[in-house]
Amino acid sequence: MTLLLLIPLLGALVAAMAPSDRIARWSGLAFQAWALVYTLGLALDYDAAAGGLQFVERLPWIPAFGIDYHVGADGLSIVLLLLTAIVSPFAVLTGVRAKWQVVMVLLLQTTLVGTFVAVNLILWFLFYELSLAPAFLLARSSGTPRAAAASFRFFVYTFLGGMGILAGFLAIQAATGTFDLQMLAAGGGLVEVALEAGFGWPFAGTLVFACIFLGLSVKVPVVPMHAWLPDAYAESPSAVTMLLTGLMSKMGVYGFLRLLVPLFPGHMAALAPALLALALVTIVFSAFTALVQTDLKRMLAWSSVNHLGYCLLGIFAAAAANGTDAAQTSATNGVILQIFNHGLTASALFAFVAFIEKRSGGARGIGDFGGLRTAAPVLAGLMGIAVFSSLGLPGLNGFVGEFLIFAGTFQIAPWAAAAATAGLFATAVFLLNMIQRVFAGPLGGHSAGFRDLTAGEIATVAPLVGLMFVLGIYPQVLIALFHSP
Amino acid sequence: MILNATFLTALAGAGLILLLPTRLAAHARVVALVAALAGLGFAMRAFIGYNPADGAFQYVTRVPWIPQMGISYFTAADGISLVMVLLTGIIAVTGVLFSWNVTRGPRAFFAFFLVIIAGVYGVFQSLDLFLLFVFYEIVIIPKYFLIAGWGSTNRQYGAMKLTMYSVAGSALVLLGLLAVWAVGGARTFDLLELADPLAGGFAPSFQAWVFPVLFLGFGVLAGIWPLHTWAPTGHVAAPTAVSMLLAGVVMKLGSYSAMRVAMTLFPDGLEMWRVPMAVLAAAGILLGALVALAQRDLKYVVGYSSIAHMGFVLLGLMTLNPLGLGGATLQMFSHGIIGGLLFAVVGRMVYDRTHTRQIAELGQMNLSATMPFAAAAFTLASLASMGLPGFSGFIAEFAVLGGTWRAFPWLVVPAGLGAVVTAAFTLRALQASFFAPRAAGASAAAHAPWPPISMPEKIGASVLVACAIVVGLWPSVLLEPIQRSLGSPLMSRLVEGGPR
Repeated sequence: MTLLLLIPLLGALVAAMAPSDRIARWSGLAFQAWALVYTLGLALDYDAAAGGLQFVERLPWIPAFGIDYHVGADGLSIVLLLLTAIVSPFAVLTGVRAKWQVVMVLLLQTTLVGTFVAVNLILWFLFYELSLAPAFLLARSSGTPRAAAASFRFFVYTFLGGMGILAGFLAIQAATGTFDLQMLAAGGGLVEVALEAGFGWPFAGTLVFACIFLGLSVKVPVVPMHAWLPDAYAESPSAVTMLLTGLMSKMGVYGFLRLLVPLFPGHMAALAPALLALALVTIVFSAFTALVQTDLKRMLAWSSVNHLGYCLLGIFAAAAANGTDAAQTSATNGVILQIFNHGLTASALFAFVAFIEKRSGGARGIGDFGGLRTAAPVLAGLMGIAVFSSLGLPGLNGFVGEFLIFAGTFQIAPWAAAAATAGLFATAVFLLNMIQRVFAGPLGGHSAGFRDLTAGEIATVAPLVGLMFVLGIYPQVLIALFHSP
Repeated sequence: MILNATFLTALAGAGLILLLPTRLAAHARVVALVAALAGLGFAMRAFIGYNPADGAFQYVTRVPWIPQMGISYFTAADGISLVMVLLTGIIAVTGVLFSWNVTRGPRAFFAFFLVIIAGVYGVFQSLDLFLLFVFYEIVIIPKYFLIAGWGSTNRQYGAMKLTMYSVAGSALVLLGLLAVWAVGGARTFDLLELADPLAGGFAPSFQAWVFPVLFLGFGVLAGIWPLHTWAPTGHVAAPTAVSMLLAGVVMKLGSYSAMRVAMTLFPDGLEMWRVPMAVLAAAGILLGALVALAQRDLKYVVGYSSIAHMGFVLLGLMTLNPLGLGGATLQMFSHGIIGGLLFAVVGRMVYDRTHTRQIAELGQMNLSATMPFAAAAFTLASLASMGLPGFSGFIAEFAVLGGTWRAFPWLVVPAGLGAVVTAAFTLRALQASFFAPRAAGASAAAHAPWPPISMPEKIGASVLVACAIVVGLWPSVLLEPIQRSLGSPLMSRLVEGGPR
């Protein structure tokens, strides 16, 4: 497990010492390939039938404060580790060229892995917060004033959220005396009780819940904590946006599943109607905002928010069920699948945007193109598959997750599921509209003289598109990891 | 003796420099470096050799000095002192490295520098209040000459303001100490005897007024809000090495002595004034950060950030629990390293080359390309300063916040917000001065090439960055002796519920 953390870190060191950008990039990719193989090995070794935390390693780190180096992985962690191992090299292949950027991607990968395996609250926070530094530097790498402003806002918003989370963790430790997530989670709702008793205020538990909830909400983001997102996604180089949406947004969703659900079951259940309403606002608002975007990247950014909204819907619905029935299982499984699928699909979509930008000289307005299908059939075909995966077409990966979420939610909170379909509808409209205007019709705008994908680019995206089919047709490969029959 | 050797080598170095013949004056820096390195060596040896399991004082030297007044030469160190002694050694060495380019009056400059270092070492190891006060005063006067003689912007004003504040603070301290001696009736300056609970302690009514006098007197040097205004102007006016000394160790003299003397001697006074002082500390964190956000001069940004960071120290002290007290001590070390590094980059690497510190002007110089080393060092220092995990500042501020949750949950909000504003202003300064988007048509080549970053600068910056990261990843190396010493008979009086 520790080796998994060390591989990207070593990669960053080696890349930093490389004499040229080219060598740095390839040595970085070599380490990422090693990380991918190692992660696959872990996934195969993971005993899903037994479940629970495996590959646990624990060493005292700051004994004075009860902070241990304590890592381990359960099915959920493994899914996210796989996603990290797949998307990070994909982003490097797509459009990370400079040496320092390769180093930063590898450092970001290290912190992501750390977040997904940490079992101590402070260790978790360390990785969660540390990811900001490389992400910030990557997001501003184009150096334009707009990118600088966007990345600044991204950093400060998320940092503010991080302080909320840290304050919450400290309160939990003050009340319970431990940072050990495994121990805290095993106590069920005892954390809530301890908080009320420890501080002696009636709403102490709610306050701490709110701190952590708001902090994680900024990261995902949940509307209305999303103000940093559109600019940050649009002004970052597309390869970086892949990492932001494909992986970093998942840190927030993971936090909901890993922290709030086990530690605050009472609050999650009691506040369920409000939380579901928040998820609905996120879904509907983002879908309709995407509808009016004219910039391809901004549209996809809002679409990402929309897809993460479904994750939230499933999480909140499952928490509202407050039992262990089939509907809850369905919603939870859907959420985990959706996390993985959205990571895959959204990063693939931004990769295609990167390819388009490279050819159009940076133009990426939806109206800047037309008839791209004729000029670049392979690009149109492959991107079309990713778009349909994002739409949730059966047979592709996006469908199964959303279906399970809706199926579960419908049984628990029919009104929420019904209202969320408005988001599905709007998603269909804007994605199809995009296909219509960019790919179909007569050749126009920047489409003239457009080069199709090169062999290298096809090789880059083909494995992902293949995975979309595999997971669409046989999602069991993933489900088996976190759901024991 | 190994402990006393720290300040004795500094004094010896200063004496040797003054004896240098004029033709060798340029070598004063070499002598200073050797003396600083030797001091650091002794500090490290003492730190490693510290072993009492109960956190008691070690390396005790006790010689009667003026027995009629109960004054003795009494030095010793516990885990807390040794952490500060170690910090002093590191700042002394890096301060000399960042002064390698001082050519005007090098003998006086380095001699004053070493005298300050000696005084700082002395304060951190004195257990006799009179001796402590002597060392404390030794620090103040050379500061004035260094700033007024070698400083930059508005140096006369800055130097005078700083000295006036320091002297006023010392006057309060002296008043408090004399009251302890005379009114308290103990007729001794021995801290351990005075603090011994078996001696009966001081009357609560006496403590009620002496505690704030002593605490605020020391607090002036620690930059406690609202007595902090000397710090930003003083830091800005001072030459680089002196800014590093001020932020790195001199401010810690105040917080260290406040903890070691004012808080241990007057538990009842502490109890009465605890909440107001904690509020001042939190105000310092938040207001210091907000003011830093509005600065246009890069050095002022760093200057005000020191106020915010020292606010965390003072807040941690007021929590009176091991988490907060340990965090406060660690924060003293951490801010010493990080603040020193920030001033080194701004004052030495950037200002000495560009001759401006206006953020807007620096932004047009494309510093990230023309001075990549300075940009990288400032980036790391910024990340450390905003308390990002993995750097020493995180563990320290995290522990202070954790302690605050237990003592004053309602102060977590301003302190946490202060930390966020700290991140905002640090990032703003970093972005606007080193990574500013270039205005169209502006040519960076007009400014470049600067003289390259020299080897002493590189070594100094690397040492400080390494310290911040090592302590960030392995805080136990410092925390373990600190926590042990918080359990000693003297210091455990601070911990709520401990012996009073």
